[in-house]
Amino acid sequence: MKTLAELAQIREKMKDKVGIREGVNGVRIVVGMATCGIAAGARPVLNTLVEEVSKEGLSATATVTQTGCIGICQYEPVVEVFEAGKEKVTYVKVTPDMAKRIVAEHIKGGKPVAEYTIGNYKI
Amino acid sequence: MIRAHVLICAGTGCTSSGSAAVRSALTAELEKHGLTEEIKMVQTGCFGLCALGPIMIVYPEGVFYSRVTAEDIPEIVEEHLLKGRPVQRLVYNDPVVEGGEAASSLSETAFYRSQMRIALRNCGVIDPENIEEYIGRDGYTALGKCVTEMTPDEVIQLILDSGLRGRGGAGFPTGLKWKFASGNRGNVQKYVCCNADEGDPGAFMDRSILEGDPHAVIEAMAIAGYAIGADQGYIYVRAEYPIAVQRLSTAIKQAKEYGLLGDNIFGTDFKFNLDIRLGAGAFVCGEETALMTSIEGHRGEPRPRPPFPAVKGLFGQPTILNNVETYANIPQIIINGADWFKSIGTEKSHGTKVFALGGKITNTGLVEIPMGTPLRTIIEEIGGGIPNGKKFKAAQTGGPSGGCIPASLIDTPVDYDNLIAIGSMMGSGGLIVMDEDNCMVDIAKFFLGFTVDESCGKCTPCRIGTRRMLEILERITEGKGEEGDIEKLIELGNTIKATALCGLGQTAPNPVLSTIRYFRDEYEAHIREKRCPAGACKALARIVIDPVKCVGCSLCSKKCPVGAISGTIKSPFVIDQSKCIKCGVCLASCPKKAIVKK
Repeated sequence: MKTLAELAQIREKMKDKVGIREGVNGVRIVVGMATCGIAAGARPVLNTLVEEVSKEGLSATATVTQTGCIGICQYEPVVEVFEAGKEKVTYVKVTPDMAKRIVAEHIKGGKPVAEYTIGNYKI
Repeated sequence: MIRAHVLICAGTGCTSSGSAAVRSALTAELEKHGLTEEIKMVQTGCFGLCALGPIMIVYPEGVFYSRVTAEDIPEIVEEHLLKGRPVQRLVYNDPVVEGGEAASSLSETAFYRSQMRIALRNCGVIDPENIEEYIGRDGYTALGKCVTEMTPDEVIQLILDSGLRGRGGAGFPTGLKWKFASGNRGNVQKYVCCNADEGDPGAFMDRSILEGDPHAVIEAMAIAGYAIGADQGYIYVRAEYPIAVQRLSTAIKQAKEYGLLGDNIFGTDFKFNLDIRLGAGAFVCGEETALMTSIEGHRGEPRPRPPFPAVKGLFGQPTILNNVETYANIPQIIINGADWFKSIGTEKSHGTKVFALGGKITNTGLVEIPMGTPLRTIIEEIGGGIPNGKKFKAAQTGGPSGGCIPASLIDTPVDYDNLIAIGSMMGSGGLIVMDEDNCMVDIAKFFLGFTVDESCGKCTPCRIGTRRMLEILERITEGKGEEGDIEKLIELGNTIKATALCGLGQTAPNPVLSTIRYFRDEYEAHIREKRCPAGACKALARIVIDPVKCVGCSLCSKKCPVGAISGTIKSPFVIDQSKCIKCGVCLASCPKKAIVKK
């Protein structure tokens, strides 16, 4: 270690990784990962969400977790976004590509992707 | 891409309850489900709740599992890590919360709520074998700040201003110690030593810090080296702490690789090297002069002070010696400033103190509290109270050098000066809780027995005086006590305190003197009535059969290993007191609970 800058570089790199252990904070992105969700393809969606959140540098304000079956198995994979003081947003039939847009527009931009929400989904 | 971290405690407590098997089961199970790219397993240091080990915690949710076994792992992986359903039966249930609601996060549990973690801030959070995780939690920032932005005198002034006092027991101001050793920088060889020879029975604070956050100690020692002008440090750690030794060695190696130890640290002229010296298990080697004598390669014996180590220490050179926990506070003080540290704790005792809770307490483990926290909070809230509905009788602090705090003083705020005022001492942080079944004479005998064994024999008061005291105590607990024994113990104790050579001897009578001070009636019961009120002294115990309750089933006489019980079926049996060895087997065997210990 020859300079403080080198130390700062490692610190920034690791902060993101260790930061996950400080617990849930900010926005919670929850993926339904019960049998129904997994069967419908929730795993790649979950992984895409984790990757995108990290790529966009949102790890400090958003966490991605899983949950069990919430009872709307026909709509799986389901992704719900919780934010303090705001109404919960429920996305249905989410694909990895949709997940990318959700992170970019909703989590980063603050504007829910209306067309993916359960209210706008037509069976 | 990692989406979750599974932290498993790899401290000594959880290792002995089987966390290594849990770790290997988890590795295998993660591989089986193809989750190795998504979920990271981290082995950490002590979380503090050692009684409930092995401990496992899953982030980002922060779900806290206790008493996890290897057999539970497939369920945790399939249900929680794959499907997001925490395995409720293994989730730590906070016993204090009404209705048994599982605490949603660790910091909300009664065990953690009143704690404040400075020395333990990284224990149970980072992987102690990964230097980058330590750096990610602001590690080595303090060292960088010191060597590039501060002069050595500024560093010492900051530590002085913070009011940090030695956490090893005596509570000497750390900054002052550093200042005494700071003269003539660059012209004389100086040393920085770390006392990790934690020997008090029941104390494991230092071990847990070394196991969970070794870099904090390394960083602080380098800072101390910069402050006093030393380029060599030694960590004296007991060989009985194999995990701590191994993690320290790894950490020192990594720090060297990253250029945080060695020459030209942070591109400056400052150089500092660190080596480990193993202690072979003598209690006296935790005394500062004996410790240094041992590092030099001689038999660990204390020598008179002055000269103090700051003037003439290791190899005759100016040396500072601080305890592990003291060092662990230093990087945080440098980063956050003296005023921050002073804002925590009481007027004369700043910051926090780590205690190892043991004895008759529900949550055996490691806790860190702000100075001035009442003993009641530590025992009843954080410690979860006394198990089996028993009554709190006393707490012993300071190990064999300390004294006891009786139940009547349970609201005492715990800091250096308050504890000394009530005849105990902070000590290194062992806190042994006793309930109504503990005999205070027996406790005093236990601690004195320990110091008699560990006395190095160099000075007469300690070598012979403590042995005479022990002989009196043994007599008392065997029912052979005489009038005047208590006075003799007090006189001997005070003489030893005044005349012994080192801290070990000077404090050895404390457990006896403090139990006499608060529980003199128990001593008197032993001596005058030949009775042990707590029923703990075997020789004084009498086990008798209540003839009213006894139905004459003969079960007890069949169980008695020495054939001391006799009688005729269907009429009351009797115990022959001359044969009885007071083993208590009959007590458990009686279906009518007719046998009692008096």
